[in-house]
Amino acid sequence: MIYFNNVTKKYNNDEIPSLDNVTLSIAPGEFVSIVGHSGAGKTTLTKLILAEEVPSEGTVFYESTDIHKLSNKELTNFRRKIGTVFQDFRLLPNKTAYENIAFAMEATGKEDLDITQDVPHVLELVDLSHRADHFPHQLSGGEKQRLAIARAIITQPDLIIADEPTGNLDPINTNEVINILKKINDLGTTILLTTHNRAVIDQIKKRVITLENGRVIRDDKDGKYVL
Amino acid sequence: MTNLKRIVRSGYRSFMRSGFTSIASILIMTITLFVITSLIFVQAALNASLTDIKNKVDVTVYFVPGAAETSILNVQSALQKLPEVQSVTYTSQDEALSDFKDKHADDYLTLQALDELDSNPLGASLNIKAKDPSQYESINNFFDSGNGLSSDQQNIIDKVDYHQNKQVIDKLTAIITGARRLGFALALVLIIISIIITFSTIRLIIYMSREEINVMRLVGAGKRYIRGPFIVSGVLVGICASLLTTILFIPVSIWLGNQMTDFFGINMFDYFKANFFQLFVIMLGTGIILGGISSALAIHRYLKK
Repeated sequence: MIYFNNVTKKYNNDEIPSLDNVTLSIAPGEFVSIVGHSGAGKTTLTKLILAEEVPSEGTVFYESTDIHKLSNKELTNFRRKIGTVFQDFRLLPNKTAYENIAFAMEATGKEDLDITQDVPHVLELVDLSHRADHFPHQLSGGEKQRLAIARAIITQPDLIIADEPTGNLDPINTNEVINILKKINDLGTTILLTTHNRAVIDQIKKRVITLENGRVIRDDKDGKYVL
Repeated sequence: MTNLKRIVRSGYRSFMRSGFTSIASILIMTITLFVITSLIFVQAALNASLTDIKNKVDVTVYFVPGAAETSILNVQSALQKLPEVQSVTYTSQDEALSDFKDKHADDYLTLQALDELDSNPLGASLNIKAKDPSQYESINNFFDSGNGLSSDQQNIIDKVDYHQNKQVIDKLTAIITGARRLGFALALVLIIISIIITFSTIRLIIYMSREEINVMRLVGAGKRYIRGPFIVSGVLVGICASLLTTILFIPVSIWLGNQMTDFFGINMFDYFKANFFQLFVIMLGTGIILGGISSALAIHRYLKK
């Protein structure tokens, strides 16, 4: 589904690349965790998939399309196939929980009827029904992240990229978020998770790719956190 | 259609929820609109004073006493055919005499001296008003080129008071032209400055939303769908600011009307009432265009790939 072919990424002509000659592939339905220290290249990897950054060398393919050769309009359509969850939540501050989720549907041109049916359903799924009319600043960290996940899954994406989604959460909320992600994966959505939380990796028990200084140093099925 | 509805709704919501930010941009925009409308008022006052001054400038041609009335009327109709001339008023010998008597009603000696004379010593005259003060020169040339002669080739013109008035007329013409130019330049500079301030404010507000714009793009929103609500908010700012400016101008123009009518030469409140619709449309149009275009331009850089 996603293929990195000898990808190198350097920022501003730095001597040391953030990603150094990375080659890997992710199959549909996989739950892949990417681990590594801060600065190992985890976030750069997700940014390349979202075409927020362009590789210095190599190519990134989504199925048979080169992501970095897409036009602006094609890119918009491409991003609709990917749900994103970030450590800093990235919710729209001026919209309520309900509107944050509805926005993702509106943006993709869904009908009003679908929106009024689907949004409450997803809010229920992440246990935020009682918070529908609250603004992000009125929610706790765990609630914000659950809201971000709800927004990511509402458009039924093929892939969800979760970049350190538990970085700002306590163990209980972390547990909840990971459980939701696992549930989504069980329903067939591919998940790419980056983290440096050992407990999270050991809880998931799925494929783990370990990055160090921009290189892939381990790629284990049923991986454990080894660093 | 659904998209348009969503864009308008989303723009309206973010405008209402941004509270302080919206109020700040409305106030800045109000200042801009206030400056523009004030300048329209100043132009109106300037034009009123200029018309007033222009009407006071004239040239009078005095004819020798005893000049035939038909000859004078011939000169009058010739003058009226000149494109520069706005009006020519004829004052006959008898009228000149009665005017003179009215003027000197308290001056017994002069009146007595006048009674001693057998004939009327005063000549008839033509009072000429030009369309523009700068045109008196060419009207004066009309007489210099021999048009003031009667049918039997005798000069019936006693004097043209243009030469006495020339300096004053020249000076006034210069002042009027200068005031016009200065007023226009000043208006232009002030308008440009206030537009730049408004534009920068809106730019700053959108700069604060750049993370939000990023998130919208990541969620898969198209450019138009992101840009739309910001433009709607900008237009709403313009509408609110134009309403606020209109309301502000009611007490301002009443005060100006009560206190400054003599100074400006026109009653500003009457002017405001008479041109209310036009002024409101100008304010509304400027507000909407300024708000919309500023937002569209400011957001442009965040929507590039």
